[in-house]
Amino acid sequence: MENILDMTIAQLKKLLRKKEISSVELATYYLDRIKKYDGEILSYLKITEEYALDMARQADKKIANGEEEPLLGIPFGMKDILCTKGIETTCGSKILKGFVSPYDATVIQKLNKAGYVHLGKLNMDEFAMGSSTENSAFQATKNPWDLSRIPGGSSGGPAAAVAAGLCAAALGTDTGGSIRQPASLCGVVGMKPTYGRVSRYGLIAFASSLDQIGPLARNVSDCAAVLNVIAGHDVMDSTSIPQPVPDYAQLLGKDIKGLKIGIPREYFIEGMEPDVKKAMTESIALFEKQGAIPVEITLPHTEYAVAVYYIICTAEASSNLARYDGVKYGLREKGKDIIDMYKKTRLKGFGKEVKRRIILGTYVLSSGYYDAYYRKAGKVRTLIKQDFDEAFTKCDMIVTPVSPTTAFKAGERLQDPLTMYLSDICTIPVNLAGLPGLSLPCGFDEKGLPIGLQIIGQALDEARMLQAAYVFETERKVKKMPERYSV
Amino acid sequence: MKITKETVEYVAHLGRLELEPQEIDLYTQQIDSILQYMDSLNSLNTDGIEPTSHAIPVKCVLREDTTKASFSVDDSLKNAPEKTGSFFKVPPIIGVEE
Repeated sequence: MENILDMTIAQLKKLLRKKEISSVELATYYLDRIKKYDGEILSYLKITEEYALDMARQADKKIANGEEEPLLGIPFGMKDILCTKGIETTCGSKILKGFVSPYDATVIQKLNKAGYVHLGKLNMDEFAMGSSTENSAFQATKNPWDLSRIPGGSSGGPAAAVAAGLCAAALGTDTGGSIRQPASLCGVVGMKPTYGRVSRYGLIAFASSLDQIGPLARNVSDCAAVLNVIAGHDVMDSTSIPQPVPDYAQLLGKDIKGLKIGIPREYFIEGMEPDVKKAMTESIALFEKQGAIPVEITLPHTEYAVAVYYIICTAEASSNLARYDGVKYGLREKGKDIIDMYKKTRLKGFGKEVKRRIILGTYVLSSGYYDAYYRKAGKVRTLIKQDFDEAFTKCDMIVTPVSPTTAFKAGERLQDPLTMYLSDICTIPVNLAGLPGLSLPCGFDEKGLPIGLQIIGQALDEARMLQAAYVFETERKVKKMPERYSV
Repeated sequence: MKITKETVEYVAHLGRLELEPQEIDLYTQQIDSILQYMDSLNSLNTDGIEPTSHAIPVKCVLREDTTKASFSVDDSLKNAPEKTGSFFKVPPIIGVEE
């Protein structure tokens, strides 16, 4: 039983097939760990114990019949931003407390068909707005490597749960770095696919031109296994791309000789912690030793990405969050008329960061300011995308840090929103350009906090990124779990 | 100053948000400093550049115009804070000052 946490999904499936463990035993194992450890980590908002055991019993029946499904019997946690039929979805907000979706998100439907087991819903920054999970209306998740520090955000719950072994893997979402940054700060693997690769149907929308769902796991091959299930065209999402889904595990184990990896000078910024810089230098050297060719590239408009992002995402959010008005679902506060009801409901239901972004977004779209802000930001977004197009004529994929710093202390960045926004300086451009991004553990700082390496790929090049990540992971054996939770 | 308290209050009203009195000052100051940061975009020449709204574009996504079952009235009303018959019940809408 002690090896379970070190096993890949493929290895777990083998154990299940050979009946060395049952799915019910596996689910119980994780449920017990959640009971033992999550009181101090606070990654789960809701634990669906009976539902999980029921799904596990179904899985065991199928296994006994010799049936095979890609994730049969494997226990997952879901970021609480995905609509799950019959199970509350709060999006980390009071305004959706008690909301029970009448339908499953497409990714949930796909996971169901693949035989997964649903352990529970994971904590997040409210409406995915944040980089520390401190904006959750319900609880602040802790970083399992140091409980006085944040796990990152907005997928802090998924990252912490995976890092502490409270699920085999998880789904998170990423709009400006919300899978990659917490994955980096918690020492796990996290991937944001190409925009449109995974259906957004049933994903509670924050910024529709930027949001993507993706896996978090303790190793690269698990990310590939999950991506294989959730990727694909969906008629219910008109931004989902029609290209067929390859087998993302197909290139794992192949070498990377001759692979050109671009190193953009603009990502190695002044504010970068020395330990992060050191880990990056060592990582690039490792890639080189494995046959890759580092190439210096430039992404000249990088410094404008945060400004562009906070205009575009807040504008889109102000529109997407207009639906939370107390009429059809969620919280409703009494009002003397409809407008009074809207205002009182949104006052009570939304947290500070959400309100701040709605005001910003409404402002940048308002008459007189639309051209100066929103349209201008859209144009600079084109320049940022063109930077990547140009860079990819010189390299196959790009390697950068995920975050200039390791996990900061709880409360440290709450006073000045701008300081918090700058946490995502390395991840944001990837969303603006719609490209795939992967975060991979590459070491620790002197305080023992995880450092993540980012691989940015060309559109739809996830298989090759996973190939490179797999080579790195095999060579640079990084500790996967804090001692405290390794038992 | 890029933004005044009055503008923040007006924009909040547009977004159907009510702010607590102590919040207005704080938000004005924070939003002001964020907007000043965004001024950096003005140093860029974007003449002739088209804005990107869809990074990985998919064109002409159409479907057959066929009717399919949607949610039942019961399912649609399940989360309703207040309902009557097959309707969501809300406070007065007509004759309300904007």
